[in-house]
Amino acid sequence: MEENALTIKHEMIVIGGSAGSLSVIISILRYLRRVDYAIIIVLHRKSTADSILTDLLSSHSSLTVKEAEEKESIVPGTVYLAPPDYHLLIENDRTISLDASEKINFSRPSIDVTFESAAEIYGNRLAGVLLSGGNHDGTEGLKKIHGSGGLCIVQDPASADVAFMPEHALAQFQPQKVVHKDELPVVLSLL
Amino acid sequence: MHREVISEEEIETLLNDLLEQFGYDFRDYSSASIKRRVNRLFSIDKFKTFGEFRFRIMHDEKYISRFIQEITVNVTEMFRDPSFYKLLRQQVLPVLATHPFIRIWHAGCSTGEEAYSMAILLKEANLLDKSLIYATDINPGVLEKVTKGIYPLSAMKQYSENYIQCGGQQDFSSYYTAKYDHAKFDDSLKRKMIISTHNLVSDSSFNEFQLVVCRNVLIYFNKKLQDKVLDLFDTSLERLGFLALGAKEQVKFSNIGKKYVQLEGNEKVWRKML
Repeated sequence: MEENALTIKHEMIVIGGSAGSLSVIISILRYLRRVDYAIIIVLHRKSTADSILTDLLSSHSSLTVKEAEEKESIVPGTVYLAPPDYHLLIENDRTISLDASEKINFSRPSIDVTFESAAEIYGNRLAGVLLSGGNHDGTEGLKKIHGSGGLCIVQDPASADVAFMPEHALAQFQPQKVVHKDELPVVLSLL
Repeated sequence: MHREVISEEEIETLLNDLLEQFGYDFRDYSSASIKRRVNRLFSIDKFKTFGEFRFRIMHDEKYISRFIQEITVNVTEMFRDPSFYKLLRQQVLPVLATHPFIRIWHAGCSTGEEAYSMAILLKEANLLDKSLIYATDINPGVLEKVTKGIYPLSAMKQYSENYIQCGGQQDFSSYYTAKYDHAKFDDSLKRKMIISTHNLVSDSSFNEFQLVVCRNVLIYFNKKLQDKVLDLFDTSLERLGFLALGAKEQVKFSNIGKKYVQLEGNEKVWRKML
């Protein structure tokens, strides 16, 4: 099972992070060139709606970076950012559904919600990446990705500004990869 | 291989049961959303098997009400997205004021916080007396809360902040009476509300309005149902009336898109031009 998860061609990468993850995300986006998979980024963020974050990430990347829109079709090679104050779900037909229901782990968007939704759709063609952050959002979702045959990557807590989020996940299960923040861009480029 | 708690086939069975037995048609709701909410309820209410869950829904009169309440999303707050209410105050209400009589429809009003917010805005603009607010929702249980106008006192701090952010200048606490851990909103606000069940999937248009408000309801529908409901809203709007949706909702990809012009700024409020 582990070998298959490492060699399979991935269709979707979902990255979740909170405090301290922005610089890691930027370094990943700067590095990635043409990729065959789509990327969804769930970043814990303030609920004020503005395009500053999208513009910032977009400016660092040669890939198309945009805020995810309601019922938008997921296009390979594109980076989608979960909007503030909405959860991001994925439908069977590879479109995005937004959801304004209860916060999960005090978060909306919640990393768990998107990880779980993606695990159901993409199974073993999914890679989930959990980065630096201060709460435990993402652990349950990552476990679900693992259970669905997907590849789980956790940022090495020693390289994280806020180690709590990756540490919490590592205390609960063993992902296939624990990667130092400086090596994450390369690792993702090889998927 | 990880198994979801409730499979897609089981959810399909459930949705057919709901349609045949109770007349609720959730088949065109977003399936990712329904799947998530069904599983959430299954987990919260600690069912062990799907069979047990299905039996309870079909045979327990009290449980079906809870089921509907939990499957639909009833998360709301007063003056939700203050910038939207600011725009209502500054750009929409002055236009509504020119009418001899104002009719507003809050579709999918849930527990009514936004309907009460509208009533407050109208009152402050001296328009409440000539207005009627129709507050409708699929779920009668939730509408009871609209009628009562009682909300947790703990929420008032956030609501007060929202109110101030949208330009409110009164003392927000003057609109309710605090008792124990509740806040009961003034009956004068409810006096101009007509509270009724209405199912956006199956019920038709019932009046013509100058403003239709439906915020963060369409996102739970699939594209086909979204288009159908937007047609319903279009039929229910007077020419030059206003349509207000949630922050991430759209009309531009639907059949009615060409007839509507978005107001200046980033808010999801359109005016019906044709």
